Amino acid sequence: MLSLIGKRLMFAIPSLIGVVIVTFLLTRALPGDPAAYFAGPSADKQAIEEIRKKLGLDKPLIEQFLRYTADLAKGDFGNSLTTGQPVATELRNRLPASAELTLLGLLVSVMIAIPLGILAATRPGSWIDHLCRVTTTAGVSLPVFFTGLVLVYVFYFRLGWSPAPLGRLDVFASTPPNVTGFYLIDSLIARDWEAFRSAFNQLILPTATLAIFSLAPIARMTRASMLAILSSDFVRTARASGLSPRAVIVTYAFRNAMLPVITTLSMTFSFLLGANVLVEKVFAWPGIGSYAVEALISSDFAPVQGFVLTMAVMYVLINLIIDILYGVIDPRVRLEG
Amino acid sequence: MKRRDFLKTATGAAAGAMVSGPAIFSSAKADARSETLLIVSESGPNNLDIHGVGTNVPGYEVSWNCYDRLIGHEMKAGPGGVPYYDRDKFKPELAEDMTISDMSATFKLRKNAKFHDGTPVTAKDVKWSLDRSVSVGGFPTFQMSAGSLKKPEQFVIVDDHTVRVDFATKDRLTIPDLAVIVPCVINSELVKKNATEKDPWGLEYTKMQTAGGGAYKVTKWTAGTEVILERNDDWVSGPMPKIKRVIWRMVPQAGNRRALLERGDADMSYELPYKDFQEIKANGKLDVVSLPFSNGIQYIGMNVTKPPFDNPKVRQAVAYALPYQKIVDAVLFGLANPMYGASADKPTEVAWPQPHKYNTDMAKAKALLAEAGYPNGFETTISFDLGFAVVNEPLCVLVQESLGQIGIKTTINKIPGANWRTELNKKEMPLYTNVFSGWLDYPEYFFYWCYHGDNSVFNTMSYKSPEMDKRINGARTAAATGDKAAYDADVKGFVDLAFTDVPRIPLYQPYVNVAMQKNISGYQYWFHRRLDYRALVKA
Repeated sequence: MLSLIGKRLMFAIPSLIGVVIVTFLLTRALPGDPAAYFAGPSADKQAIEEIRKKLGLDKPLIEQFLRYTADLAKGDFGNSLTTGQPVATELRNRLPASAELTLLGLLVSVMIAIPLGILAATRPGSWIDHLCRVTTTAGVSLPVFFTGLVLVYVFYFRLGWSPAPLGRLDVFASTPPNVTGFYLIDSLIARDWEAFRSAFNQLILPTATLAIFSLAPIARMTRASMLAILSSDFVRTARASGLSPRAVIVTYAFRNAMLPVITTLSMTFSFLLGANVLVEKVFAWPGIGSYAVEALISSDFAPVQGFVLTMAVMYVLINLIIDILYGVIDPRVRLEG
Repeated sequence: MKRRDFLKTATGAAAGAMVSGPAIFSSAKADARSETLLIVSESGPNNLDIHGVGTNVPGYEVSWNCYDRLIGHEMKAGPGGVPYYDRDKFKPELAEDMTISDMSATFKLRKNAKFHDGTPVTAKDVKWSLDRSVSVGGFPTFQMSAGSLKKPEQFVIVDDHTVRVDFATKDRLTIPDLAVIVPCVINSELVKKNATEKDPWGLEYTKMQTAGGGAYKVTKWTAGTEVILERNDDWVSGPMPKIKRVIWRMVPQAGNRRALLERGDADMSYELPYKDFQEIKANGKLDVVSLPFSNGIQYIGMNVTKPPFDNPKVRQAVAYALPYQKIVDAVLFGLANPMYGASADKPTEVAWPQPHKYNTDMAKAKALLAEAGYPNGFETTISFDLGFAVVNEPLCVLVQESLGQIGIKTTINKIPGANWRTELNKKEMPLYTNVFSGWLDYPEYFFYWCYHGDNSVFNTMSYKSPEMDKRINGARTAAATGDKAAYDADVKGFVDLAFTDVPRIPLYQPYVNVAMQKNISGYQYWFHRRLDYRALVKA
């Protein structure tokens, strides 16, 4: 098993190298001149040249690339110009924020989508099937920022039930000591109930927004794959043998229907992690999505490269975990290099 | 020089019911809240030091509040009674006294002034800081040179608490330039300790923390998320500020910033869309301050080096074809000063900005265009900066529609914010809209950057006219020597020329809009248009 994991990771190396080269070239090919952008509102040509020299952008491309890879090997992702911080630190601080939100959103959505999908599949044409269809259609067709804004408008602005959409914690609450970077977990470790409550309250609306959006693919996939499995021979045999409907559905059918659902989950997760920029913007969430987009807008090379690289690594890891999960769920699937 | 308690005038407006916070605050927090100012804005600083490489505009706000300068400006009553910085009156800040002689200015420092870490402020620190601002290059050095402050030799230590600034040439802008954000006084020993061989001015150190002696210090900064500033209780360079703590949060979504204000959670915000300000103003729950940018104008520029805009008749035709009033009404919701449509017999004033005499007059525009040899119009592109799309996009659509009526077909070219400066520098865009505003509020300053044949970045039209240059240079010399008659004649001369040649067409003077809770008072307008926390009061 371990050697197989090692082998899989080895295969990921060439693709990571490819990612490094491509992002480097792509960011350089972007229109816009970071030196002019950062030279400030009233810089003349000479001031811009001075900035360019300081940023090392006057050097030939190959030299810039070599320096970049050398820094990368030391774990140095460079400095962001827009926020002024080292990219590695920034990603380390922001990744947990995005991950906490995304995982929680996914968890909520799984808890609703899977039972919904199963129920819809077992009673096709019933009201629950229609409910499933309506929610999933609504979920995919409502853009996340719209759902987010509506939720903020109703629950914060109109009703006042939800705290101000000001990021991960209430403005006056103090951050729990950093252990995992997940505020819910960190505040529990520190036994800081106030921080926990604050972090939890702040999470409710963005989590709901993400859950509504990711409900659709998971519920649809559960329903479709359950329908296929339920009409297969072994389910008919199980039913004919007089097993209880519960045993048939949960033990036999669902376990077999899990594989495509897991695949969808992994795709939804990686998609959400990078693409919940809009949710982050609406809720002033200090995540990596908004970080990368802001960097892109201001031609800030280092964070964009760092972000793409991090995402590539995440994809490799998620795929690996999914492959391992396949093996656990269905012993027929072998983890092969 | 006399010191005035400028807070007195500022607090006059303090009134209004206390807006209750939401239930989520416990009582202990409510106390903290009454001494804390919560500001929400779209973007935050990228560097806490204005001398840094590429420090953005929010960074200026930190520098302004956390560092002292030798001198500052007095306040005067501005439009609507709002305190507005007085261009011509200086007040001591770190210096308790300023003596200006013919070719130098001498500053006596406060003897009891200390930096945040307790080190006394000495002339050595002042010299080092001023040396730094003229030596680091980039924007700070450039800004200093605008006041003819170019060499470290100009800053002389007289004794421990006295500094002399020698003038390189006679320049009216030298003293005002010492009151802008750039010449701030830095704790030189602290920064030197943290400087490296590669970074002799310690820019890396001051980027992440404030090393000054100003009224506030940054206690926490999470880039892109929040800045927390605490009051420096040992501050002596002015009356003790009332706000103990400032929490400045970045909220990218404009709608949410407005919701936060209207719910009473946030105390102040700027950078809202004009429509929001208009509505907030109308419903009266919050205070909105709208003041014109000092020395700032949004304009339509034309590249005069290439046809068809090399022909003054074409430019005049465009000036007669612009939908001025529609732009002010529909794009800015009336929150702007018109810079057009002065009556025909109005004499030119010795002031800037001032309105020109063009008005929307399609018949005249068509006639001029025909006279210029384009009876059927022509095709061109109009470009704008997407970074300010809220204003620029509808503005350009209106211009496009209007120019279409005289046969000028325009394609709109949207340029991303990062790319805008590069494009401006190339000076190739035929037609575009842009805004320029100068920190120093003098006509000749504006014209030097925007119309002079030295062709700075802001002479975006590449306009060159010997007569114009003569007038601008004349006004600068006259201002330095105090020759008022010559100065007035030259200013009137260059304004008139700018209006007859119209390489750029002024549209309006934009407003800076700040929305705040009714219990917040003491807002002051500064040339840099950022907040001065020192004067703010929360009732």
